Amino acid sequence: MSFEPVLLKRWGKPNSQALETYQADGGYSALKKALAMEPPKVIEAVQKSGLRGRGGAGFSTGLKWTFLPKDVQGPIYLCINGDESEPGTFNNRVLLEEDPHQVLEGIVISGYATKSTTAYLYLRYEYGDCYRACEKAIKEMYANNLLGKNILGSGYSLDIYLHRGACAYICGEETGLIESLEGKRAWPRIKPPFPAIEGAFRRPTVVNNIETMACVTQILDRGPEWFQSIGIPSENPKDPGSYGPKLYCISGHVNKPGLVELPLGITARELIDKHAGGVWKGRKAKAVVPGGISMGFLSAEELDTKLDFAGPGKAGCLGLGTAAVIVIDHQTSMVDVLYNTCRFFAHESCGQCTPCREGTAWSAKILARIRAGQGTLKDLDTLTDISNSIGIMPGTTICGLADGAAWPIKNALKKFRPEFEEYITSGRRSQSLEVAGSH
Amino acid sequence: MPTVFINDIEIEVGPKENLVQAAERAGVEIPHYCWHHDLSVVASCRMCLVEVGEKKPDGTISMIPKLVPACQTPAKPNTVVLTNSDKVKKAQAQTLEFLLLNHPLDCSICDQAGECYLQDYTYKFGKAHSRLNEPKVQRVDKYHIGEQIALFTDRCVMCTRCVRFTREISGTSELQVTNRGSVEEIDIFPGEPCNNKLAGNVVDLCPVGALCSKDFLYKKRVWWLKTQNSVCQNCSTGCSIHVDQEDNRLYRIRPRENELAQGSFMCDEGRFGWKYVESESRLFGPRVGKSQVASQHYVAQPYAVSAGDTSHAHSNGASGSVANGTAVSHAQVALNELATVDPWPTALNATRLAIKSVVDSGADRFAVVLSPMMFCEEAFMLAKYIKSLNKKITLAMGPVPVVAEDDVYPKGPKGEPPAAGKEKFTIRAEKCPNRLGVEAVLKHFQGEVIGFNTIAERLNAKKFDGMYLVGGYPDAWLDESVLNKLSGLSTLIVQDILNSPLTDMATIVLASGTFAERQGTVVNHSGLAQEVIQSIRSAPDVRPDGRLLFELSQRQGMYNAASIRIEMAKEVPAFAVFANAIGELGIQLFTIVEGKSA
Repeated sequence: MSFEPVLLKRWGKPNSQALETYQADGGYSALKKALAMEPPKVIEAVQKSGLRGRGGAGFSTGLKWTFLPKDVQGPIYLCINGDESEPGTFNNRVLLEEDPHQVLEGIVISGYATKSTTAYLYLRYEYGDCYRACEKAIKEMYANNLLGKNILGSGYSLDIYLHRGACAYICGEETGLIESLEGKRAWPRIKPPFPAIEGAFRRPTVVNNIETMACVTQILDRGPEWFQSIGIPSENPKDPGSYGPKLYCISGHVNKPGLVELPLGITARELIDKHAGGVWKGRKAKAVVPGGISMGFLSAEELDTKLDFAGPGKAGCLGLGTAAVIVIDHQTSMVDVLYNTCRFFAHESCGQCTPCREGTAWSAKILARIRAGQGTLKDLDTLTDISNSIGIMPGTTICGLADGAAWPIKNALKKFRPEFEEYITSGRRSQSLEVAGSH
Repeated sequence: MPTVFINDIEIEVGPKENLVQAAERAGVEIPHYCWHHDLSVVASCRMCLVEVGEKKPDGTISMIPKLVPACQTPAKPNTVVLTNSDKVKKAQAQTLEFLLLNHPLDCSICDQAGECYLQDYTYKFGKAHSRLNEPKVQRVDKYHIGEQIALFTDRCVMCTRCVRFTREISGTSELQVTNRGSVEEIDIFPGEPCNNKLAGNVVDLCPVGALCSKDFLYKKRVWWLKTQNSVCQNCSTGCSIHVDQEDNRLYRIRPRENELAQGSFMCDEGRFGWKYVESESRLFGPRVGKSQVASQHYVAQPYAVSAGDTSHAHSNGASGSVANGTAVSHAQVALNELATVDPWPTALNATRLAIKSVVDSGADRFAVVLSPMMFCEEAFMLAKYIKSLNKKITLAMGPVPVVAEDDVYPKGPKGEPPAAGKEKFTIRAEKCPNRLGVEAVLKHFQGEVIGFNTIAERLNAKKFDGMYLVGGYPDAWLDESVLNKLSGLSTLIVQDILNSPLTDMATIVLASGTFAERQGTVVNHSGLAQEVIQSIRSAPDVRPDGRLLFELSQRQGMYNAASIRIEMAKEVPAFAVFANAIGELGIQLFTIVEGKSA
């Protein structure tokens, strides 16, 4: 079955960012359809489609919207999470740079469905091109009554504010984003209260991902049945299924890295071989990150894992995450990979919760020492212990960053332990401790 | 009442309690660093992780698989809490290992040692060793962080209590967290030290030795300190305090939690405002006429320590005198007491005679001025004694020091006071502890409260020949114009603690004690009566006011505040509640309506 890209349909077309080309391609028809419906019907449609948030956690978007309290007095805020910082992920960037109107249309529809009158588009600071594309697109929308007061004569009004982020991974965490948006240090909040009850500026708030917004546009345009026809249906009553197209970011040691849109549920092997031109230089894959570095690693034997919301979990990973697939070839040392991973999380830990603050830095230091040729086999047990106590044991920290820091350690040491042991016992060193230790 | 189950202990819970509080009442300690009942919940130290579940109506228990922070979890009815399961113990031990990873373990030179929650919890819940094999993160100490506080950055566990205190209680927001991850630190904004009037509280709030009081730094190991309950004397808020002393020397004052009085905190004026207790100008004995009554065996200035002298501990062995009063050992005091004649019988006798001679020539020509620094019992004994001599003697109130206006916290961004109902701490303008209590005594014995201005006017009109003035203020309390008028009196008896122009001109000086040396009751701005308990012994020839007045009025036995209170309860209706024990938190004596006693 051949699959025609939907979300990336307009990628590469001339002047794809402009409103006129977007409208020429049928843009904003979904918004018109939505505005003709009652807001609860829009939520119903999104819920029916089975859309799960594309930001990493995979929570049902429609269900999230229903958590907003009924009959709210005062504003409800819609925050769009464009703080895409998970290593290996770049789907939001392509969407915003190439086709901002598709996302913005989704934002207006979502705002209408959730009865928000203010939306904040929280954009990763480094995404300058996205910022400029969005800024231009939002201006065009205001000029064409697609934003502002009384949108398209429907009586619904919405303002979108572009907010450039604070250059930190943690700003992409739902409540960290809200704190950052409020002008504070991005320290994730304790829950409850959940953002739907008390979020930005202590008002009910929905936080959704950029790609989710693009999906909302397509669901309204093509109908929830179309969305349901793609992907992998639920296997048991507890599993909400993995429906719809998904943007897979492929990077690392492949011949053709890039972004591809495919139905959810493609296997890692198929993704690498068919859509990324295979592992580079004729090498074999040693490990594959299924969805952003925080999800852990698939080993070479696990490449037939389906990359849907349930698949990576079955292979001992944390989940699908952002579907950012990073391929690591067989000539790369997993010690180096894990060191780099731990260094990233040690640098990005917000420092609020003790286990994450100290554990991430400690694991990075141990790996630095191992790489300097001074590791001991006992260090591997210590690393496993750290990973178990910072994220694997649920509830040890406020947000999910610690989980994300712990799973790569756990996976690497479980699936590639002989390599670590060999590295330590052989007395090899990749880097002097002075270099590795300088942060 | 709803109940929760803490390790199988069933306990009733209040509506707003969390699991830490509920467990505490059940006698189970849930360790915690970041949580403090007066600050917002951040649940970030993760020390209080527990297992929770719910007891269903049919008796079955379903536990939640994940650990939850007890500080953040409200004690809902039928919650089941496990604080001693293997899972919880492992999490506690692991969190402690994390906290100690980059901790310098410099307990031997740390002021907090002995009252440090890192020590206590590690002992109770932690591991005996660390597996850290790497160099620790080194941080630079920040001695400049405030006038009264120093930050030992490397000892910090990042609980952010101090940061939240400056944001939520003082409202001054000087402290913040800088950097990220394991290298983050508490810091001030450049050039903006933490010098607000409540800053000293961050030292108490700090569960470890990171924030230390510069005043107390390296002065004393805390395990030598003996603590007594007391009440701050510096304003009419009347904060409940702990007075920490050793060998009759005060070392520090800490707030004592009391919801009836001030809450959990105290201001720096009170915290550091006790130094007059050790002032070089303390009166060290009674004086009649121009000569010291005491035999001249010693020239003791009880607490004379030159500023900056930190080598006070047992350093005067060679001198053989008690000139350096800080080093007075009990043995030496006893020896001196034996070696000298007690000057007080003579002084008190002279006082009684002096009063009598004025009163005999006209009782209305004599006035007794009580001080709002006096305790209720003292005011009562003096007033009762004076009125027993002659009903016509005027009883009046001394000057009530008022400085500016009430200082209310938390401050707004521009330093403005909080909106009504949002007040969390007030430093009151009235800088004395017991105006209401003394006024109640005066109302009973004099029928009205005669203010000091009236007395000054009558002095002007030369209506008095003699006067008995009670001081006790921490600094000079009469200005020159009043002093000039007093100089015309034939008899001027001054009961005070500090040398001043007033004591110089007095015909009789009675050296009395500071709050730390006395026992009695003070009534704060809201009518709450709290007990001050004696913390230190006075210098040999100083009589604490209670004993002084007890002996002056020739009562039989020994001064005991509690028995005087029972006497007051019988004789003065306003003090009827004194028939009951006061307790540690105090007892409501009056109901105050808009600043006036009802």
